[in-house]
Amino acid sequence: MANLTTEQKESYWRYNVKLTTVLLVIWFVVTYLLGGLFAGALNEIVVLGFPLGYYIAAQGSLAIFVIEIAMYAKLMNAKDLEYGIREEG
Amino acid sequence: MHLNRIFGLYTVAFIVVTVLIGIAEAIFGLSKQWIGWIFMALSMGIYVLIGIITRTSDADQYYVAGRGVPAVYNGMATGSDWMSAASFISMGGALSAQGFGGLAYVMGWTGGYLLLAVFLGPYLRQYGKYTIPDFLGARYEGNTPRVIGVVAAILASFTYLIAQVTGVGLIVSRFIGLDFNVGCFVGLVGVLFCSVLGGMKSVTWTQVAQYIILITSYLVPVVVLSFKLFAVPVPQVMYGQLLQSNNVKAFQITADPQEKATRALWAAESKALAEKMKDPAVSDADKDKAKAAKTAADKQATAPAAEGAKLEKYLTVPEGRGMWNFLALTFCLMVGTAGLPHILTRYYTTPSVRQARTSVGWSLFFIFLLYFTAPAYASFARDAVFTGLVGSQVSQLPSWVTLWAPAGLFSVVDKLGDGVVQFADFVVKSTDFVVLATPEIAGLPFVITGLVMAGGLAAALSTADGLLLTIANAVSHDLYYNVINPRASLLRRLTITKIFLIATAVIAAWVATARLAIIVEMVAWAFSLGAAAFFPALVMGIWWKRANRPGAIAGMLAGLGTTLFYMVGSRFFGLSWFGTNTVASGVFGIPLGFITIWIVSLLTKPPPLELQNFVSELRFPKTGGAAAETTHIGAAGAAT
Repeated sequence: MANLTTEQKESYWRYNVKLTTVLLVIWFVVTYLLGGLFAGALNEIVVLGFPLGYYIAAQGSLAIFVIEIAMYAKLMNAKDLEYGIREEG
Repeated sequence: MHLNRIFGLYTVAFIVVTVLIGIAEAIFGLSKQWIGWIFMALSMGIYVLIGIITRTSDADQYYVAGRGVPAVYNGMATGSDWMSAASFISMGGALSAQGFGGLAYVMGWTGGYLLLAVFLGPYLRQYGKYTIPDFLGARYEGNTPRVIGVVAAILASFTYLIAQVTGVGLIVSRFIGLDFNVGCFVGLVGVLFCSVLGGMKSVTWTQVAQYIILITSYLVPVVVLSFKLFAVPVPQVMYGQLLQSNNVKAFQITADPQEKATRALWAAESKALAEKMKDPAVSDADKDKAKAAKTAADKQATAPAAEGAKLEKYLTVPEGRGMWNFLALTFCLMVGTAGLPHILTRYYTTPSVRQARTSVGWSLFFIFLLYFTAPAYASFARDAVFTGLVGSQVSQLPSWVTLWAPAGLFSVVDKLGDGVVQFADFVVKSTDFVVLATPEIAGLPFVITGLVMAGGLAAALSTADGLLLTIANAVSHDLYYNVINPRASLLRRLTITKIFLIATAVIAAWVATARLAIIVEMVAWAFSLGAAAFFPALVMGIWWKRANRPGAIAGMLAGLGTTLFYMVGSRFFGLSWFGTNTVASGVFGIPLGFITIWIVSLLTKPPPLELQNFVSELRFPKTGGAAAETTHIGAAGAAT
């Protein structure tokens, strides 16, 4: 591993914490608000036959989770390279 | 490349064999029982063969597959490790019965992977040992946290394991007509061959093979059905139209006079049974029977929609206490997903932290393929009932009904005696028919039903493999090697692991043959238990350097204790906090675990500097526990 200075370590970790927070906020809003508390209201909107609230809980949220994890892996792996963190594996 | 070629060939061979059996069925009239036998023998044969080829007695290979499992394959293995008999056979049906409320399972069992991805997976890989109690022991200095971890791992995994063995028994008895108990022991043999000889290495590659069968057999029937109904083979999109037509039909059924008369008869029956239950002359056993019959009658007497509402009950979002339980259950299932040790250990097996990150993404993608389809299954089956069954003559039932009626999953009772099937005449005993009968509903030959059997078997066996290994490793590696006899040689450790694998599997099969009704219910409890015991201690251990040993011990005990207390209290003694259902018991224990770790850690001494450095190192990837050369399926991991 490249020897990171304390400052570099801190900024790497801050980036990670920020990314994690953003992803968790999206996760929370999608699951508990859109797919939960407000699903009843969203059901008024119908797309392709799907009441929207039902759709988010049944399929939309899952797709968003997949995209979120893919984004996390992509961004963190890129960040590693940017900081010269290369694993032997 | 090597792996891609092997699994590519395997997939092609699998499809070819299925087609050949189909041809044999069409031309030579191969019997249903034979088709069942061939599918079971072939698929089990493959799993056993993989188990034998990948046998090993190297510690890294045995415990973590040599840390050589590429991200995509680890994703597939996690997918089948995760998706159990319940996901495969029961989920579509549960959704058809519960409507929106059932979606807690869909969101909960997928959303947990985000927590796993950002809070735990990459860091556990960086730590790079063998088990989850290993991490607790290292991070929280000593054997007490480790032993609590062992107890929690066994508590969460064992009932779950029994449910898988039960699943195998049911599938085998339904399709081949073998006795249920024999079926359980068939499952036992399948599971043991895959785990004893090669530990995690065998389990991983078998799970990949099982995933391929599982997902193919899940998608084929409903894709064909969608093509038949809409000429578009994408059920996941097309079922939106069915949601609408089912909704209309549900209101018609609610308003129909014949349906109303049928429901009135059921309601009268329910009333009579209620009287019977009050009668002191009736014995307790008869009262229990009357109670069960009353529950069934009440269900039949319920209309699928409320008059004047806009959406049928299936699409209606619960409010008040119902919404609280929906959210609480979703939360427990999510955190439980990120707290079950048999899934967490899978992220020890990737070659690097980078691949661990990617691998969580692949895992969820492979799981997503099934869960994204499950709600479609539910709607297609409801459509088959609403438009195919309801309104047909009792003397001329649709073929899927006559085929599956003898299995006892449902029955058609002509309550009015008018010779016409009313919706209220359709009595469902097990919603499992939704997935099992779909090939027949789609008009597919029996070979596809056999394929679904093989898929269900793969789902049950793959989950059982992972659970069994987790339990055996907890006892042999964590309890015996790390606590009781740290000087034990590798040979001795592996021997003990193998003995525990066999013993656990035999006990699980034996308990399964007792067919305790409560087992199915207890499976969902595992998530709350795993969530409350592991998640707070693991997350705080990685994300908060100040978390220390007394904090973790107190937090794990408080979380696990509260959850168990509420579980037993609400299930058996009428305890109720905010009207929370037993299945969502973890909603109290999980936050309490976090708070306890925080408070107790702050009240006691901070962990020593080395430990704080240990936590720092987890945060910057450099591959702890170096990867072996990429594992191949070739004999004993010989590199090519």
